[in-house]
This record gives sequence, structure tokens and C-alpha cells, in this order.
Amino acid sequence: MTQKKNKVLSGVYVALLMLFLYLPILVLIVFSFNSSKGYSWTGFSLKWYIDLFSNELILNSLKNTLIVALFASVFATLIGALAAIGVFSMQNKFAKNAIQNVTNLPLLMPEIVMGISMMLLFAFLNMSGFVPLIIAHISFCVPSVFLSVLPKLRQINKNMYEAALDLGCNPFQAFYKVVLPEIMPGVITGFLMAITYSLDDFVVSYFTAGNVQTLSITIYSMVKKRVSPEINALSTIMFVIVLLVLLVTNIRSIQKENAKQKKMMKL
Amino acid sequence: MIKLNAKWASYPYIIWMILFTILPLLLVVYFAFTDGNGAFTLDNVKQSALYIPTLANSVYLAAIATVICLVLAYPFAFIMSRLTFSKQKMMSMLVMLPMWMNFLLRTYAWQAILEDNGVINTMLTAIGLPAAKLINTSGAVVLGMVYNYIPFMILPLYSIMTKIDKSVLEASSDLGAGFFATFRRVVLPLSLPGIISGVTMVFVPAVSTFVISGMLGGSGNYLIGDLIEVQFLGNSYDLNAGSATSLMLMVVVLITMAIFNRFETEDSEEALV
Repeated sequence: MTQKKNKVLSGVYVALLMLFLYLPILVLIVFSFNSSKGYSWTGFSLKWYIDLFSNELILNSLKNTLIVALFASVFATLIGALAAIGVFSMQNKFAKNAIQNVTNLPLLMPEIVMGISMMLLFAFLNMSGFVPLIIAHISFCVPSVFLSVLPKLRQINKNMYEAALDLGCNPFQAFYKVVLPEIMPGVITGFLMAITYSLDDFVVSYFTAGNVQTLSITIYSMVKKRVSPEINALSTIMFVIVLLVLLVTNIRSIQKENAKQKKMMKL
Repeated sequence: MIKLNAKWASYPYIIWMILFTILPLLLVVYFAFTDGNGAFTLDNVKQSALYIPTLANSVYLAAIATVICLVLAYPFAFIMSRLTFSKQKMMSMLVMLPMWMNFLLRTYAWQAILEDNGVINTMLTAIGLPAAKLINTSGAVVLGMVYNYIPFMILPLYSIMTKIDKSVLEASSDLGAGFFATFRRVVLPLSLPGIISGVTMVFVPAVSTFVISGMLGGSGNYLIGDLIEVQFLGNSYDLNAGSATSLMLMVVVLITMAIFNRFETEDSEEALV
């Protein structure tokens, strides 16, 4: 009896918290189809969507955001994955610890401090435009790539690598044939994390972008003007894209899990 | 573990982190202790003492938001960790989904809900009630912080709680512990690392925010992040003063984290004994 009551209570609690998480998104979606500017419903309209796609500024910012995210995530993945391999090869405990601590810095520092410190550096070096923005993005993306590749190296089976060497591989071939495939999932996770961080970033970009307009920066300037329903339309589109991507990846992983279980059953 | 001989591979990373993480932070320290001509001065640091009330207010609001996040997220994470595997996967996706949406847009949504003629007030007046003052209050700022950062509390709590075996809870109740005793003596100590990482992941961004306070707090809720923003990009442009303010924020964050990490190590030592 009490168990049943507990189940109902926890169900209600979960539902309420979910409502809290999704209420604002729901409001944005509903009012993106409103025909007037305010927050009282005056009728269905696609006006804001049409306005959005003729907004040169938004389209241009989207392009800039994609350029920055692409460069930043590719370079961050290269530097971060190499770094994991390098640190893994190190014997010196002190150096390893020092690198570990420096890696944690960008993850623990307030974003605003990262942003202004980069801003000072680029002012000092007199740099502006895309390059400093991409450098800044690489800097906060690299640690997550590093941290997702390192554990994969630790998990590699020692015997496999030695077998490859015994069977006549030189260290480079052994790396290419044994190590690389094993760390690949970590590299891919790191790359995806980097691309998400970069696409989503506002604070660091705000301080380092100079005159480059990224999507977050454009949204910030629009949001400051308060009521602008084009933003509602933009949020709805972004939400639907994210939802689709997550659904596809989740369904895939659940299918994989099911396939695995079936295989196990056969065995 | 295998042995590789590729130390050189870490050199680009080491150089990168020195140039673009450590050097910028050193520049903050340098600017904080110099004047416009590069001469050593303590004026900026002394001046930043004027902003201690602003900093205290930021710490206060961020602490309230962190506590609310913890209280709301803890039972949620526990319930989540006791579900079946596929339900757990779905729930963690549902928790993460709002995080993937641009956080400026999410905060903007609260602006739309709380505004003087926003969603809540439109509804209130429609049923004949007087409109309430919701936006531009410190309550709105705390709400914004809780909303934006609660997933950072739920996820670490959830991932540590999935490791608490069902049989441990059953053993506790078999041995006569009631609900609260089980919570206090089994669940709480086992989930402590999750609490610590959740608290840091919520407190650090909350105490340094300038977007949430700017969008939901109006002029009455000026936080340390807002101050740094106007010192670097706004109308009280002064890189030296701004660096001193940032340094002060950095010190507060580091002290807070040091205190929390001590909690963790002390406790894990206890657990080993």
C-alpha cells in the first residue's frame, strides 16, 4: 500500500519538475505562432518564421557560428587527442599532475574570467577577427577532448598491442592498427562535445569576438530589446533540430543495445 | 597498461595551454596590479574593495539558487536512478534536452513569462486578479539560476546514485533502519561526491553570471558579473579595474572550491577506515 503511494508521489514529483523544465520552451513554441507581438493569443500565423528567414543578420551569424565551430572542434580534437597520447606516454608523475591540473583550469574557472583573460591577451597581441575567436573556442574545447581520450588509452589490452609488435608490426603500425581503433570512440565523443560547446558558447565569444557576429551574440542583442517574436520562431526551430538529433541517436543506441541482447541470447 | 613512446605528442597541447590559458590568467593579475601606463599600483585592488557588497550579493543569490537546486534535484535523481534501464535513458535525455537549447533563449523565455505584460500577468488579469511584480526582482534572478543550472545538479547526482546497489538499501531496511535512517546513514554518504560536483557545477556559473541578472534582475540586481561586463565592454571601461574585480571573483571561487574539496577528501578517508 505505502509502496503504491510512494510510486504515485514520485511520479507526480517527476512530472512537476519536468513541467518546470519544459514550461518556458512550451511558451516560446506556442507564441512563435501568435499573430501579434504580445503575450495574449490573437490567432495563428507564420509571420515570424517568414520574417526570420529574410533576416540577413541572423543568417550571416549562423554562417559565422558554423565556421567557428568547425575549425575549433577539428583543431581541438587534433591537439587534445595527441595530448592524451603524449601524456599517456609520460613517466614523470610531476609533469603528469601539472598537466592534469592545468587541464582542469578552464573547466573550473568562471566562464567570464576565461572570456576577459582572453580578451586581454588578444588586446595585448593586437589581434581581431575570426582567428582570436577560434583560438578562444579551441582553448575551452581542448580539455574535454583530452579527458575523453585519456581513459580509452588506459583501457587498451596490453596483450593485443604486444601481439601486434611480436607479429612484426613496427611501433607505428601497431599504433595505427591497435591503438587508434581503440581510442576512436573517445576521439569522436570529444569531437562532438567540442562542437556542442562551441555552438552553444556565449560568454567567451562575447568578450573575444570583436566585430564577428555569432548566433549567440546576435540573439543577445535581440533579447536585450525584449519583445521580438522572431526569437520565438528561432527557438522553436532550434528546439526541433535538437530534438530530432537526440531522438535519432537515442533510437540508434537503444537498437544497438537490443541487438547486443539478442546476440547474447543466441550464445 | 601499454607503453607508448610518444611524449612529443603532448607538446602542442602544453604550448597551447601555456599561451592561451595560463598566460591570459597571468595577464589578469598583471593588469590588476598596474595602472594605465603599466606602473605598479594597488589602487585597483583597493578600489575593488568598494564592490564587496556586490560580490556578497552575488554569493548570496548563487548560494540560495544552489541550495534550491540541490533540494529539488536530490529526490529527482534518486527516483531516476531506481528506474529500469530504458526509462533511465529516456529521462536523462529529457533532462539534457533543454540544456541543448541556447541558454539565452531559455532565459528569454522566462522574461516572456514573468514580464509585466507577460504570460503569467496576462493570465492573472484575464481572470480578474491584480498583476504581480515578477520581473526585475531578486526572486526572478534566483529562478533563472535554478532553471538554467539544475541539470548540472541532477546529472552528477544521478550518475553517482546509479552506483548505489539496491541490495544495500534493502540490507539497511532489513537491519531495522527506517526511511530517514537509511537516507542519513547510507544514501547521503554514498552520494556525497555527486553532491560536491553538483554544487560546484551550479555555484560557479551562478555566482559569475551577468546574463541572468541582466535579463531577469533589472537595475536593482547588479551582480559581480554585470560589473565585470561593464568594466570590459560597457560604459565604465577600465581594463585595470576590471581585472582587479575579476581577480577578486577568481579568489572567491577558488576558496569556495577548496573548502568543498576538503569535505570530499576528509570523507573519503573516513570511508576507507
